[in-house]
Amino acid sequence: MTQSQPLLSRVADAVYWMARYIERAENVARFLDVNHNLMLDLPKAYTGQWQPVVDTTGDGAVFRERYGHADQRNVLHFLAFDPGYANSIYSCIRAARENARSVRETISSEMWQQINNLYLLITEESRRETPSSLPAFCHAVRMACHLFAGILDVTMSHNEAWHFLRVGTLLERADKTSRILDVKYFILLPSVHDVGTPYDDVQWAAVLKSVSGFEMYRKRYGRIAPDRIVEFLLLDGDFPRAIRYCIGRADRSLRAITGTPAASFSCASEQRLGLLRSELDFARVEPILSAGLHEFCDALQTKMNTIDESVLNDFFAQQPGPAGAARP
Amino acid sequence: MEINRAEAARMFFSSYQTEGFFDEMFEAGGAVRPHAQLVLETINSLDGGQLLRHKHAAERLLLQLGITFNVYGDNQGAERIFPFDLIPRIVPAAEWDYLERGLKQRIHALNCFIDDIYHEQKIVKDGAIPADIITSAASYREQCHGLKPPFGVWCHITGTDLVRDRDGQYYVLEDNLRVPSGVSYVLENREVLKRIFPRVFEGLQVRPVNEYASRLLEMLESLAPYPQGQPRVVVLTPGIYNSAYFEHSFLAQQMGVQLVEGRDLVVSGGDVFMRTTKGLQRVDVIYRRVDDDFLDPEAFRPDSLLGVPGLMAAYRAGRVALANAPGNGIADDKVIYAYVPEMIRYYENEDPILPNVPTYLCWRDADRSHVLANLDKLVVKSANESGGYGMLVGPHSTAAQREEFAAKIAAQPRNFIAQPTLALSRVPTIVEDHFEGRHVDLRPYVLCGKEIFVLPGGLTRVAMRKGSLVVNSSQGGGSKDTWVLAHDPAPRAGQGQGQEQ
Repeated sequence: MTQSQPLLSRVADAVYWMARYIERAENVARFLDVNHNLMLDLPKAYTGQWQPVVDTTGDGAVFRERYGHADQRNVLHFLAFDPGYANSIYSCIRAARENARSVRETISSEMWQQINNLYLLITEESRRETPSSLPAFCHAVRMACHLFAGILDVTMSHNEAWHFLRVGTLLERADKTSRILDVKYFILLPSVHDVGTPYDDVQWAAVLKSVSGFEMYRKRYGRIAPDRIVEFLLLDGDFPRAIRYCIGRADRSLRAITGTPAASFSCASEQRLGLLRSELDFARVEPILSAGLHEFCDALQTKMNTIDESVLNDFFAQQPGPAGAARP
Repeated sequence: MEINRAEAARMFFSSYQTEGFFDEMFEAGGAVRPHAQLVLETINSLDGGQLLRHKHAAERLLLQLGITFNVYGDNQGAERIFPFDLIPRIVPAAEWDYLERGLKQRIHALNCFIDDIYHEQKIVKDGAIPADIITSAASYREQCHGLKPPFGVWCHITGTDLVRDRDGQYYVLEDNLRVPSGVSYVLENREVLKRIFPRVFEGLQVRPVNEYASRLLEMLESLAPYPQGQPRVVVLTPGIYNSAYFEHSFLAQQMGVQLVEGRDLVVSGGDVFMRTTKGLQRVDVIYRRVDDDFLDPEAFRPDSLLGVPGLMAAYRAGRVALANAPGNGIADDKVIYAYVPEMIRYYENEDPILPNVPTYLCWRDADRSHVLANLDKLVVKSANESGGYGMLVGPHSTAAQREEFAAKIAAQPRNFIAQPTLALSRVPTIVEDHFEGRHVDLRPYVLCGKEIFVLPGGLTRVAMRKGSLVVNSSQGGGSKDTWVLAHDPAPRAGQGQGQEQ
């Protein structure tokens, strides 16, 4: 990479978080949409399943404290529009936009416009007296996020700032996929009496759909089987929402930033990301399942948090000021 | 079709009155001015719905582009677009030539004056300007004494406010030398109008404004302290909560340079550096959009969190260039403004091309008595404020407001000036579904390095409220695109002169 334009630490921090928040907003929209879709396919007895969606975010306790029993209406409000909840779609988009605003000269005008459109979409929606249908809303958010990803790819130079954006996106995505896996596997597997019933298939299909992985999984494995689904979402090297894919690409972007050759490291972030990458590259799913998927996902999330902290220390911490990137 | 057009024209302009004001589009008798003919025809070719659709499209576009300003203290939907009116203000080529000559003359004299004030003060010694109004000016900066900025230039970027009175005569209202803003609206307004009225641009030769960013970068690079290598220019902003933040990032983006905040910069070993992911990198030129007082807590206000400790020392040692030069606000003081014609005569030995608005200085006894006796007719301004703050518009004031100002003037006469209330010129402006005249001013932008460049265009600010003379955005003003014509249309009598050449 050429050294023509050095990147301010503050700017690197802001683009990294901008990307994380956009990705987070997209994932929340996915969770909502797929769960709603799932409810429509299941018999009435199952339709209480809104609590798991909240659990996927890791903020179940916050929700219970403020809203009590989970139903479609209050979960939608909490996850989509609640300005007091830091990870609602609204808060994420707002934080992404604040960050984008502080680095507007670094990103392309088209990217800024798209984030701004997304912000206008969500603020208009949150003010509506009668909300749009949930699927239509989630679809609009997802498509706006996809459009952002496309605009990012074709309008911004793939320079250092772009690689920071990628690292932010990929770490966030890996984290969310691991949470979906964890929560769904935990909830779906104990219902032994459902194994082999149509409902079981429907629910596992929903897991795949929540990461847009249903069709790609079918092509790869055909039959719906929990172990294979875990293998696909955890260890696939080609599917862009699989954890191994995300970690591999994040590692690549980090090396593009530092210029360090593969199989070596120059800072803590590279070392930790490299370790996780090779762990996933050489893993098999059976030992993971027999040792416990939940434990594995837990450890994975801890490792990713440590990587996030290392990135902060290695690249953003030169910033002397009191305030970092905007967080909700 | 013809009937529709006639109806449309009737709807738009049937009740339009110039009401005795100078109108930029119509002559006193109601005939359209030749340079506005094509625009008028274009508007008349639209039906009413179309024009309003264009207006909404333009507003939507500005909102999507995020061309907004912050409304302080409002958290939800805190951003508003700067109101924008579709109907351009058109300046004929010959008129622009005059303005350009006047502005160049004025900026040159102002630079000579500031350089003189911070060195020998010859103009004071020779008695052309009284000494005590210099030292009593709030914007006088002792710390700048003896500084030698490149080319002796202190005002690199200026946004001079011009107004026209009832007879059409242009006057300089304010010089705005410190951190003038608004040029981003000039560039963005043009983009919007080009999308909405492409055919008018094909038919008229409107001078482009988009070279501004290149000119600005070129000028800034010319100030670099170290001759070797590509100089590194940055724009210094107070941050995203500043009301002009959009402009700061826009200009940095258009020039392809870094936008930095004070906390991104550090002075080390006498040079200024920015903190990057790969360590410290030297900075050569800073286009600063932070006021003098907040630039450097070691030199100015010690409580400033926006500034860079040690920046003034680096500047004084010639290790970094600052634009605009700190201290140049001395010539922005409204009392000193009154002496700009004297400066032009003193430094250039010429008469001023552009006149000042006649100004009463309240520290002079005779002027003060006149001002106090005529508060209901005059506009009173405090010497060191801008943005339409600290101002009394006599004819629109209440008795209580006048009393308040009379007391202030008596207490601090040096702080106040007064000017006659000008009947600012007007431009047709969309009000609901028709046009009404609204008062405007004009802010051209001038760049000054080795040479002076006047951007052919400018910000036309418009008082959106009926009868209002206050055009400031903080006080409900909007803006219009300003078209400077490359050639004036042939006079209507002299037909046969092709306009297509």
